[in-house]
Amino acid sequence: MIASSVDGRRAVISKVVWSVVGWLVVFIFFFPVLWMWLESLKTEPQAASSPPTILFAPTLAEFQEVLSGDFPPFFINSAIASIGSTLLVLILALPAAYALSIRPVKRTRDVLFFFISTRFLPFAASLVPLYLLARDLHLLDNIFALVLIYTTINLPLGVWLLRSFLLEIPNDLFEAARVDGAGFFRELTRIVVPLIAPGIAATSLICLIFSWNEFFYAVNFTSSVAATAPIFLVGFISGRGLFYAKLAAAATLASLPVLLAGWIAQKQLIRGLTMGAVK
Amino acid sequence: MTQIPFALTIYYSFFSWNLLKEGSFRFSGLDNYSRLLTDESIRTAIFNTVLLTLSVIAFSVVIGLGVAMLLNSEVFGKGLMRTLMIAPFLIMPTAGALIWKDTLLNPLFGLLPYLLSPFGLSRVDWVNQFPMVTVVAVEVWRWTPFMMLIILAGLQSQNLEILEAAKVDGANAFQTFRRITLPLVRPFIELGALLGSLFVVQTFDSIFMLTYGGPGEDTTNLPFLLYLVAFQGFSIGQASAIGVVAVIITTIVATFALRTLFSIFQVEGRR
Repeated sequence: MIASSVDGRRAVISKVVWSVVGWLVVFIFFFPVLWMWLESLKTEPQAASSPPTILFAPTLAEFQEVLSGDFPPFFINSAIASIGSTLLVLILALPAAYALSIRPVKRTRDVLFFFISTRFLPFAASLVPLYLLARDLHLLDNIFALVLIYTTINLPLGVWLLRSFLLEIPNDLFEAARVDGAGFFRELTRIVVPLIAPGIAATSLICLIFSWNEFFYAVNFTSSVAATAPIFLVGFISGRGLFYAKLAAAATLASLPVLLAGWIAQKQLIRGLTMGAVK
Repeated sequence: MTQIPFALTIYYSFFSWNLLKEGSFRFSGLDNYSRLLTDESIRTAIFNTVLLTLSVIAFSVVIGLGVAMLLNSEVFGKGLMRTLMIAPFLIMPTAGALIWKDTLLNPLFGLLPYLLSPFGLSRVDWVNQFPMVTVVAVEVWRWTPFMMLIILAGLQSQNLEILEAAKVDGANAFQTFRRITLPLVRPFIELGALLGSLFVVQTFDSIFMLTYGGPGEDTTNLPFLLYLVAFQGFSIGQASAIGVVAVIITTIVATFALRTLFSIFQVEGRR
């Protein structure tokens, strides 16, 4: 009895100690995000004060300023590029993944390898030719170019991810459906899509994250009309200490969709990031 | 579809072509490559790329492993800790870099110089005095959650019975970590490090926002050099040759990454 109560107390102490250490580390990592939020709720003089303002009356003035200014078109471009490319990836990746898992085509492994190798090619490898192509097709500063580029970037990832989910469907289900005389289309809509709904969610999440936050192509292929949210933030680089609160508000708004999506779909995040390898 | 552009990149890399000069497109053989060998900038860029990638991966794996082990032990508020911890990875990289540069590190108004003032480090201009340290720090902040997520998934797939058995056998915490935990999560650490390095090799956003490759060429890596050569210098041929070099470096890393990926899939398949 005595021994177990000592053990119990030791367990509680160790839990408290490790909790404190853990929360300290988490606080350090989360702090820049928290600080971004705090700065966005300040007035400009408060945001650029020395020493920094810790206590203040929060205001949404800078959010109003950003939203009523020239930010919305950038945000809308980001939405078009990321949602458009994500939909295209799903439409193209689903049949491809199906062909590579449920009804394997010849040389599946080679095809898979080829698919994924394209994802690992650095952007630097294709930037120049794609730029020249876009220039000749008059697609520079056109949001459609970004939709296509993000689709090709995310497609291999989509195929791999969806395939890893398709492989988990028991084969018996398909046998049963075929015995019942279900055609290919019925098989797809009645069995495949409902069963891999989490896979579709994971794929969408990853495509959304990568395309929403993408900067390298956006900065080189767009200038004004088709510029996306990260490009809007470039305008703050030269702002020497004058627009910190506005910058923080814009950064908060620009980060919000991916932050929320990632938080909501945490379970899908890990599987998506490792292309289905880690559950 | 995505391989064709690369084939064109190789093709262009044998030509001399300035986009701004009409009719300057001509075959130049290996000129672009021989220039790469003699050029100081490209050597600096390769060095910076390797330095940045290795240090970011090393730090983020070690810290990520530590945080993952914390989140895998008995602590209060695990779920919330994990949620807050992944935020740096989800924040738009350009936004994160600007927040660091302007509101945290700015020598006049930033929070960090203020907090460090009791230690006599009040007016350190991090971005200009320690540019590479700053870029590495911001990237480690961003990639640690990524490593943490992968390693945590590995820890959670661990067989608890083995740990209990080790405890019964009288193994102390360090022995358990070295002999049991580490070997079990090793494939996950490898996967995280390799996937992470494929992304970190391509770092562009934070360099563009924090230092613009400078001061001088102190933080210019291969992607940023390619950007400068192609879109500030408009030397298409030269930029293509840099692209080819970047691909060769990445391919070496990617080969290892894919091998790890396939081996994990095979282990999963055997279960």
